[in-house]
Amino acid sequence: MRKQNKRLAFVIIGLAGVSVAVWLVLTAFRHNLVFFYSPTQVFEGKAPSHGVFRLGGIVEKGSIKKDGLHTTFTLTDLRHSMVVHYTGILPDLFRQGQGVVVQGRRVGTTTFLASQVLAKHGANYMPPDVAAELKRSMAAKAKAALS
Amino acid sequence: MKLIHKYSAPKRFYELAGMLAPWFATLTALLFISGLYLGLYWAPPDYQQGNAYRIMFVHVPNAWMSMMAYVAMALFAAAGYIWNIRLADILAKVTAPLGASFTLTALVTGSLWGKPMWGTYWVWDARLTSELVLLFLYVGYMALQASIDDARRAAHASAIIAIVGLVNIPIIHYSVYWWHTLHQPASLTLTSQPKIYITMLIPLIIMSIGFMFFYLTMLCVRSRSEILWRERRADWVRKLVESRS
Repeated sequence: MRKQNKRLAFVIIGLAGVSVAVWLVLTAFRHNLVFFYSPTQVFEGKAPSHGVFRLGGIVEKGSIKKDGLHTTFTLTDLRHSMVVHYTGILPDLFRQGQGVVVQGRRVGTTTFLASQVLAKHGANYMPPDVAAELKRSMAAKAKAALS
Repeated sequence: MKLIHKYSAPKRFYELAGMLAPWFATLTALLFISGLYLGLYWAPPDYQQGNAYRIMFVHVPNAWMSMMAYVAMALFAAAGYIWNIRLADILAKVTAPLGASFTLTALVTGSLWGKPMWGTYWVWDARLTSELVLLFLYVGYMALQASIDDARRAAHASAIIAIVGLVNIPIIHYSVYWWHTLHQPASLTLTSQPKIYITMLIPLIIMSIGFMFFYLTMLCVRSRSEILWRERRADWVRKLVESRS
């Protein structure tokens, strides 16, 4: 075998070996790499029962109640939901219908005491008038589907 | 193959890069000026983020380039290691600091955007962490390069880091799909409709091409000075210096 072919083979086999090793590690730690749990996972007992963890979902429409710095809202994944209590400043993107991730601990079965609220941003970017237009056409479509 | 051989001689490449650099630099300047003008004045504000989204015209191209530069560096390093191409060693070496600065810029701009939008400068989610690992890979590569005096041995040793680190690239790219992350998934993919409105997409694409040409410009400039240093005892360099002075 020529020296160059030997080195080429070494690089390819080495890279393949490292890839397999990393893949195995990532598979083993799959659950630990999860940034947040959904309310359904909490309900099914897949989230930690005590201690601090993160909960992610959508802020239910009309559920936000503000009293000074104290905010209460319902976090849902459309199958299950939890009531979140939080005291502090909310990020700009926090609003109803928005995806958020809250960090804190569970108190009771459906109540969550958050120490931090993070807003999750979607992948969509558009000007306000286009967003309004899209909303109108979606509503019109929904109406047409109903009648 | 003959062409590669012809231009991979350091002296030839020095001349070729010197010829290309001004063209690349001009293109970069034009793309940056038009991209920033369109991005900062012409593009409309976002329906949710207002004007804060405009940081993406710098953040996204830098994030892309941080990965592209890494792939380029690893390929150069591998070619230098396997086929003993001196020019490939040089290109890999000068790419590292460029890639590291793309990575750092992507991390810093993302962090500045994250504070008002997410509510935090930093989270340890899979996307942010794997991008930070990329920065450490670049720094590790540069540190190893710097710690070995002999250019040939430095290139071979650090090539191994570059090649092994290649595993991180698909992890960065797919992290937002494999795990729940705070970072949003890609708005632009090859397989689906872009999720960015056209008037926002145009400046983003112009800025991305601009950063690509910025990389090419810097690659030419930096590899020229690296070639001069390595060939400082060669006849052609001596003649070049004498003709200038």
